[in-house]
Amino acid sequence: MSEAVDHPYRERRGVLRGLWASRKGRGLIYQVLLFSVLLLLILILVSNAFYNMEQRGLKAGFGFLNRTAGFGIVQSLVSYEETSTYGRAFVVALLNTILVASIGVVLATMLGFVIGVMRLSPNWMIARIATIYVETFRNIPLLLQILFWYVAILKPLPAPIDLFQQGESFFLSFNNRGLVFATPLPQAGFSLVLWALSLAVLASIAWSWYARRRQLQKGDQLPVLWPCLAGIVGLPFAVFLLLGLPLDFVPPVMARFTYEGGSTVVIEFFALLWALVIYTAAFIADIVRAGIQGIPYGQSEAAYSLGLKRTQTLKLVTIPQALRIIIPPLTSQYLNLTKNSSLAAAIAYPDLVSVFAGTALSQTGRAIEIMFMTLSVYLSLSLLTSLAMNIYQRRTQLVER
Amino acid sequence: MVTGKGEKIIEINNLQKSFGTFVALRGVSLNVRKGERIVICGPSGSGKSTLIRCINRLEVPDSGSIVVDGVALSDDVKAIEGIRRQVGMVFQQFNLFPHLTVLENCTLAQIWVAKRSQKAAEETAQHYLERVHIPEQMHKYPGQLSGGQQQRVAIARALCMEPKVMLYDEPTSALDPEMIAEVLDVMVEFAESGMTTVCVTHEMGFARKVADCMIFMDEGKIVEASDPNTFFTKPKSERTKLFLNQILEH
Ligand SMILES: Nc1ncnc2c1ncn2[C@@H]1O[C@H](COP(=O)(O)OP(=O)(O)OP(=O)(O)O)[C@@H](O)[C@H]1O
Ligand SMILES: [Mg+2]
Repeated sequence: MSEAVDHPYRERRGVLRGLWASRKGRGLIYQVLLFSVLLLLILILVSNAFYNMEQRGLKAGFGFLNRTAGFGIVQSLVSYEETSTYGRAFVVALLNTILVASIGVVLATMLGFVIGVMRLSPNWMIARIATIYVETFRNIPLLLQILFWYVAILKPLPAPIDLFQQGESFFLSFNNRGLVFATPLPQAGFSLVLWALSLAVLASIAWSWYARRRQLQKGDQLPVLWPCLAGIVGLPFAVFLLLGLPLDFVPPVMARFTYEGGSTVVIEFFALLWALVIYTAAFIADIVRAGIQGIPYGQSEAAYSLGLKRTQTLKLVTIPQALRIIIPPLTSQYLNLTKNSSLAAAIAYPDLVSVFAGTALSQTGRAIEIMFMTLSVYLSLSLLTSLAMNIYQRRTQLVER
Repeated sequence: MVTGKGEKIIEINNLQKSFGTFVALRGVSLNVRKGERIVICGPSGSGKSTLIRCINRLEVPDSGSIVVDGVALSDDVKAIEGIRRQVGMVFQQFNLFPHLTVLENCTLAQIWVAKRSQKAAEETAQHYLERVHIPEQMHKYPGQLSGGQQQRVAIARALCMEPKVMLYDEPTSALDPEMIAEVLDVMVEFAESGMTTVCVTHEMGFARKVADCMIFMDEGKIVEASDPNTFFTKPKSERTKLFLNQILEH
């Protein structure tokens, strides 16, 4: 009798209760709740921002990107004039950020690995030097380091005016304005040099492939690195000479106060890059050291007892295994370096933050749009980096039972 | 039974080694001839591992001399690498490279040290993997194998370099009882094929079967060295008797 009453009731409550009871279901419910709360928060923020803008008579929108920026940028990878648009300024600034971050990541990784391996050297002096390096540079605030390299080391370099007479032209100079060099202008026939270069690269690839095959079949190890380097440098150079140097240079010329013409990589770039590399390499070195030490010493002993040298053991046995410990914290160092490059604003290197979120923002007052764009750029750069590193990480996973 | 009467391949003279204030070896001398099979036993901490690790310089002795295959061990890196090529070693903990397949474990040193072609290296590897009875596991990773299989791969890996001497440091102590036999069988097979062997082990069955010479160590010294028959039936020293009683009881 009670069954008839009970049954439909239980049916109705069953779905939710069942969800709540299962661990997966409960997780789902939490996630839905969390997502709704986040969405609500964002909605409130956005509508609040729009309300404020309306009150002040501002219209939201990205139309301002097509307006003339009217300010100069000291370094640009793509052509840029004061008459260019804000959109163009955004691209220039973005490229400047990517330039310093990507070169920085590569150099910091190389330096970090070298210092990390040095810390484990059986040579007391070498290990000590590496330890002092790490402990010094990771314990001083990055902003101070950037200012130090900029103000104390690079800015005191001689000015162009101290180096050259008025009217004098020069080919290459590293002075307190940066790296100043004659702009190369390709002449007729220069494309042949580029062809020669491509040919040399192709030949090198073929040579390494052949050397690998020889190793597979006969066992002798043919030299690869030096012949390839010689070919890639030598062949285009020979063609270049034969054609009678088909490249003109437009050198910078000293004017009354400073030089004119030529090309410049600004000194702020070097200060920022140098500081980012030195600072991040200290962290990477420690990550590499910990990674290598995380591999049981028996692995090295087994390699040594087979006759492998110390460098071969590191390259073939220890580091490949250490990578799976190293990669996750290494990724966050890459992200840190990229984000830290925004400290460029302190020395006015024209990166995204100082040009776009700085100058462009104060001129247009488009806080919401500009902040949104800038934040999205850093977020996307970080997510892309993480994605790439995750893919690489998967390749280093060990196969277990 | 072949009693190795070849020329000396390892000459150890008055070897001393301390770790801090602890003296692990107090003047050990030992000669090994080509084809000879030596089994070393002794209580824990008596310096057995230290002694055999000195032979391929994983441990650097404080004083005394070691000559392997006519080359005196010194700080000369080239000489050490040369000797390590001639001396294969098998560890208690296997120490296979977990990021490489079984085959790659066996070809790595052949390619980078012996400078063989990959093809030749793979053929040698296959040959020895067959002899340790695991050719079918070639493309698996060490983590996918049982302990006994891993240790047999480790033996094959060392043999692939075609060493003149094999050193074993308690190769079966980390194994479950049912896997010990499969590893010992392989070791017996190679020892009987004439490979010069120095083995630290407490497997007395193995010792009786292959040893030309039994060595008992205690407190960093060689206490007794004799042929297996004398060693097991009428040992000279009281300590050896005591030790044998202890391990044979189990
Ligand atoms: N790297 C080291 N640092 C300090 N002490 C060590 C080191 N290696 C060995 N010892 C000490 O030296 C002594 C001899 O060690 P060894 O490993 O040679 O003994 P063993 O005879 O192989 O013993 P077991 O049967 O336990 O393997 C031990 O007391 C050990 O504690
Ligand atoms: Mg031991």
